Amino acid sequence: MIEYVENKENIARRIARIFKTGDVVNLGIGLPTLVGNFVPEDVTVILQSENGLIGLGPAPAPGKEDKDLTNAGAMPVSILPGGAYFDSATSFGIIRGGHVDYTVLGVLEVDQEGNLANYKIPGKMVPGMGGAMDLTTGSRVVIAATTHLEKSGASKLKRRCSLPLTAVREVDIVVTDVGYFEILGGKYYLREYFEPYTPDWIKEHTDAEIVVGEDCKPCFC
Amino acid sequence: MITKPIISAAEAAAMVKTGQVVQVGGFLGCGSPDSVLGALVTAGINNLVLVCNDTSVLDEKKQRSNGVADLIKAAAFSKVIVSHIGTNPETQRQMNAGELEVVLVPQGTLAERIRAAGCGLGGILTPTGVGTEVEQGKQKLLVADRVWLLEEALPGDVGLIKARKADKAGNLVYSKTARNFNPLMAMACKLVIAEVEELVEIGEIDPDHVHTPSIFVDYLVMSREGSKS
Repeated sequence: MIEYVENKENIARRIARIFKTGDVVNLGIGLPTLVGNFVPEDVTVILQSENGLIGLGPAPAPGKEDKDLTNAGAMPVSILPGGAYFDSATSFGIIRGGHVDYTVLGVLEVDQEGNLANYKIPGKMVPGMGGAMDLTTGSRVVIAATTHLEKSGASKLKRRCSLPLTAVREVDIVVTDVGYFEILGGKYYLREYFEPYTPDWIKEHTDAEIVVGEDCKPCFC
Repeated sequence: MITKPIISAAEAAAMVKTGQVVQVGGFLGCGSPDSVLGALVTAGINNLVLVCNDTSVLDEKKQRSNGVADLIKAAAFSKVIVSHIGTNPETQRQMNAGELEVVLVPQGTLAERIRAAGCGLGGILTPTGVGTEVEQGKQKLLVADRVWLLEEALPGDVGLIKARKADKAGNLVYSKTARNFNPLMAMACKLVIAEVEELVEIGEIDPDHVHTPSIFVDYLVMSREGSKS
């Protein structure tokens, strides 16, 4: 009997190992932001923040915050040597123009067709899409980062999203705290399972079609 | 060189008239003209249309607010055209109560619609939003084997922007991520009022370093001491 325990750090650790040196990466608010903490030391990625910079650095020490230097979540940040600032049109030119390699976004629902819903629950919560629609449209690879199950136990991975969509068939990779999935031809392909979870457990706890390939392997996050 | 009038925040606020489309720079309050926005709250104006990235941050528990948040709370707007309202619960409350019309626009589309207005374009073609609720009521065009949404230019009556520094001619230099929508709005609005932290003589800003050329700026306002942005 395997008991599901939410583990956001494992999601961030696994996603951080996807990147190569030189990749331009945009990390969304919340869970995706954690990914920045786990990029391996021998890999140098260029973080883009849609409010207008590349070369995003770590949070400044207390007392060193600059009111004019924040990330897209309004948190104080720093800029690394070699970074640059620009206006919002240039920022979204970078994003929509295909100059971002990876975007990592949070999830309300993600389905096996690669559809993503993360900006609106009609009648309940309407935060708005911010930059997410442009990011999913323009980035070379779209990674959805999510805990596998809701607090209620419901699967976050769906056959078909029921909420208003942020992105239509744009999601390429989904990483949860139980496994690493690729979306191909309208199905989830389980590439890695995170022990102690097993492919059978994952199939049983996912409300979507999952293909377990012969090359599917365990991963220690 | 022509110099630009330096006016008070209250004088700037008095130039904004009920019913106008007001574009306000800033990203969650970073790079918003807080002195002018504060004067608008005091002036008690209403029935404005807001164009802004977001409705800023309002945290009643921590008694913290910035950018346009206090104007939202003062019910200054009948309609907001923004990409994000998630950090201001009052926007959502007014929307649900039917007091405020909220038009959500993808952030890149918003930037480009404003840019188009300032650049004499009727609109832009973007792939963003195709197949989502955003495409409702819009023309879809097939160009170069791809489907695009026709998004119309978004001009403003008044642009309230914020810069780090101006010279007396009105050339502007922004600071870091406080730049965001400000230079786009400076070009897209009929009347542009720039709030600045520092004013220098003409010639002190290297022409190579000017972000917004003076011809886009009509009035200058000095930020008050201890301004939030």
